[in-house]
Formats: sequence, structure tokens, C-alpha cells
Amino acid sequence: MTDQSPRISIIKMTEVHDFGIAPVTCHTFDKNRTGLALSHNDSNVKIYKKSANKWQETDTLSEHGQRVTSIDWAPNSNRIVTCSADRNAFVWMLEDGKWKQVLVIPRINRAATFVRWSPKENKFAVASGSRLIAICYYDVENNWWLSHHIKKPIRSTVTCLDWHPNNVLIAAGSTDFKCRIFSAYRKEVDEKPGPSSWGSKMAFGALMAEFANGGGGWVHSVSFSASGNKVAWVGHDSSVSVVDSTKGNELLVIKDSFLPFMGITWITENSLVAAGYDCNPMLFSHTGGKLTLVGQLDQSQEKESGQISAMNRFKNLDKKATASETSTDLKTQHQNTITQVSVYSGTKADAGKIATSGVDGNLIIWDLKSLEKSIQGLKIS
Amino acid sequence: MAATLKPYLNAIRETLNAAICLQNFDSQNVERHNKPEVEVKSNKELLLTPIVISRNEREKVLIEGSINSLRISIAIKQADEIERILCHKFTRFMMMRAENFAILRRKQVEGYDISFLITNFHTEQMYKHKLVDFIIHFMEEIDKEINFLKLAVNSRARISAEEFLKNF
Repeated sequence: MTDQSPRISIIKMTEVHDFGIAPVTCHTFDKNRTGLALSHNDSNVKIYKKSANKWQETDTLSEHGQRVTSIDWAPNSNRIVTCSADRNAFVWMLEDGKWKQVLVIPRINRAATFVRWSPKENKFAVASGSRLIAICYYDVENNWWLSHHIKKPIRSTVTCLDWHPNNVLIAAGSTDFKCRIFSAYRKEVDEKPGPSSWGSKMAFGALMAEFANGGGGWVHSVSFSASGNKVAWVGHDSSVSVVDSTKGNELLVIKDSFLPFMGITWITENSLVAAGYDCNPMLFSHTGGKLTLVGQLDQSQEKESGQISAMNRFKNLDKKATASETSTDLKTQHQNTITQVSVYSGTKADAGKIATSGVDGNLIIWDLKSLEKSIQGLKIS
Repeated sequence: MAATLKPYLNAIRETLNAAICLQNFDSQNVERHNKPEVEVKSNKELLLTPIVISRNEREKVLIEGSINSLRISIAIKQADEIERILCHKFTRFMMMRAENFAILRRKQVEGYDISFLITNFHTEQMYKHKLVDFIIHFMEEIDKEINFLKLAVNSRARISAEEFLKNF
């Protein structure tokens, strides 16, 4: 698919961009949100350019040998880093309108699962199935990306990462049910960091904090707040957990009747959006020592159901061997699991729009400001 | 009889709904491999606690979950010798053609009559709620099917016995 026209809902709160039937495993935008890179659950990365509110495919990056697991587009240096189940990572740079790749060997012997540029874009972190995090930075002398490992005390696959705004600390969630905060300070590329709310001693690989929420859920996604003082993560035990380092690492957990979440991001210093197997992004607020579920962003319009027409009745009998109305569509806009949530406009401190991509091949952009106005009781604090 | 069927199927539906939350997960034991964790069982942190839902001592369901796959095994009601034979023939017929059923496992789990293996690749291609619907529909139909076969066998036996006894 090269040309998509977005399905804009009547009330203009969401924009749905359809990228075909293959799942969108991961997506990332460039700085001014006119470029989009995503992977269709295969070894290719597709680059799109926005023109007249449509995404036009401009390039395909096909160097990986196995499924691409994560992509990140550095906003300022305009470089893309991709990692894949083939254990490699590539840094892509735009030269004369063409994307040129540099191979990075993170020295891992299992699949790479997640990659993120640091805020200053001078290094990036690769999570992997070999129970470690590789911190990679560019060595000018050797013209080569070097990798250093954070190993202890990770006991299982690292599934997600997020950088602290100070460019040194990194939060990691893994399938051993824990969320950890490590120092990724490299004296070769970083100046000495000042003390943060998570501690002041930051040697490379130091474990700053380790949290378990008491349940037994694989951590699917982790996010630092804009100030870096709070960290939130979601797990397979259908929980959302938040730790506030300014209040002595106070841990708050919320569990409700929802299915597990796959992605989480802060949208203000006190609000979070999480989305996952329910196909419906949900807003949480963390204020006054409380973590609460505010509401769902996807308010379904009830489909008109009534007398089934004779024609439909016989159509159904013929095709599905049942006379009743059997709709395969879910009531939510995403028709399958949401795999990633990202901030589309604004920052984590004050997000205007967020983007979600899912297994149904859709990328949906949610306008938080107009959603807040139109949905009763939805207050973003 | 039917009064206990509905809550039984509802319990299975809700459990499956929660258990079919699967994601793509590459093996952390073997390089460049991707295997259903519920089958290889090499990392116990990647497995969920197995659940047995039973309606009575003969009819039960075992649901074993993991990070990227789910196994559901069904014990079908077998009241007498004929039902046992019919059930065995019927499940064998299907399992020999397992590749045409996409989610059917070639061999049943010990102690059960038929097993399904759902992986993240199935949930990427198919709607999750429709997969759940299929399994529930299958469970509703299999009892009917075996009852029907049993009646057919009995009536056929009656006719052939009548024909045979006409000679005396």
C-alpha cells in the first residue's frame, strides 16, 4: 500500500491511517511529524512522508534478516536506529536523499527487542533476549559503534526501555516481572551528571532502583515522566504501576477489569495513557498520592441494531450458516491489539496528540484536547 | 443438563479472552529461534499457571498459557463404550488433518481428547474474539455430533438386527 487516505471521524477527534492488513509492529515519527517509519511485522522498515494528510511511501529499508522489533527516529540528528530479531542494529542516515546504513553489532546473542536513542542522541540502548541491555555510542577514532553491556541483575528478556531526560539513567522492564532503573553513564560521551532524584552515584551499569509490583506480570512498557521524577510501567497482570522518586519511591499500582496493556506514555506530569489488548487507550491520573483510571479515549458509537433485513438474513445464512446478525467488527477503532503508544504533538510534559499503532495495521492519531472537551468526565490533569 | 452447559462455556470464554493476550516473543534459549513457549517449557517465568475448568468428572478443559502461545485441551463427554469409540474416531479423523484446521494440535495432551495450540501468529492473522467463538462453537457442536453419530449407529444396528432375525 502506498497511498492511504485517512478516515477522519465525524467529530475530528481521531485520524485513522490504514496501512493494510499486516500488523504494525512499531512506529516512529521524525521531528516535525512529516516523516514516519514503521515495520509491518517483517524484516523491512518502510519510510513514509506526509503530503496532504496522506502518508506516501518513499523508501524501504531492507537490511535486516529477521523481523524488525523496534525503530527510533532521532529528532535532531535525523538518524533512524532499527533493531531486529537477527541480533543486529542499524543506524540509518539520510545522505543526498538516500538512507545509508551503518551496522552496529551490540554483541548480543539473542534477539534484540527494543531500541531507543538517548535524549541527547549521542548514544542508544538496545534491549535484548540475552538478558542484557547494550549501550551503544559512536567511537570517532575507530569509526565504529561501540557497545557496552548492562547485565546484572537482569534474569530474563528485557522487553522495553525508556531514557531519563538527564541522558544518563535508563528504565528497563523485563519478563522477570521487574522494572529497574540503571545508570548508562559513559565517560567517553557524557559529562559528569549531577545528582538526580533516583540517586547520586551513577557508575556505568549501577542499579539505581528495582521495583516489583507484587504481581507476576511481564513488563510490556515503561515510561519516565517529562521531569524524570516518576516512572510508570504496565505489566501482563493487567496492572499500571507508578513510582514517584520525590516521595521516597512510593509505589502505586492499579488493577481493574481491563486486559493487559502493551504501551504506556506520560502525557502531562500527572497523566498517563496506556493501551493494549483492550484495543482502547485509557487515561490514568497520578495526583495527590493516588493513581486512578479516568476513562477510555475510544467512546464507541453504538451501531444501530434493529430488525435485520431479509436480504441480510439470507446473506448471513449463506455465508456464515447463521441467521442472526454476526458482525466481526469490534466496537473500538482499533480492531486488534494496540502495540505502541507514542506522543505525536507536544512533549511528555504537555502532549496535544498521541499516536497508537496496532496489530490491525492501523495507526490512529488521537487529539487529546478535543477528546477532553467532548468526553464527559475526562479531565487531563 | 443444559443448565450447567452455559456457565461452563461462559467460564471458558472469559478465561480464553484473558489468556489469548499473546505477543511475538523470540526464544531466549536458542539463537534466532521463535518457538511456542507453552510447548518447549524451557523458561518457567514465561509460562502462566495452567487452569482446569470442569463441568463434571468427565467433561473438562485445560488451558495452559504462556507469553506467545496458548494450549487448550478438551475432554469430551464419553458415557459408554460406543461414545468412547466414536469420540476416538472423530478426534483422530480431525487430528490427522490438523494442518487444515490451523489451530488444531496434531496430538492431544495426555488425559484429554483433543488439543488446540494458538500462537501469536494466529492472533496476528485472525480476530481474537472469533478464535474464542470458534472454540466455544466447537465445544457446543462436538457433543451434538457424537450424540448424532451414536443414534445413527444404534438405529443402523437395530435395522440390521431386524433384517438378520427375519431369517428365523
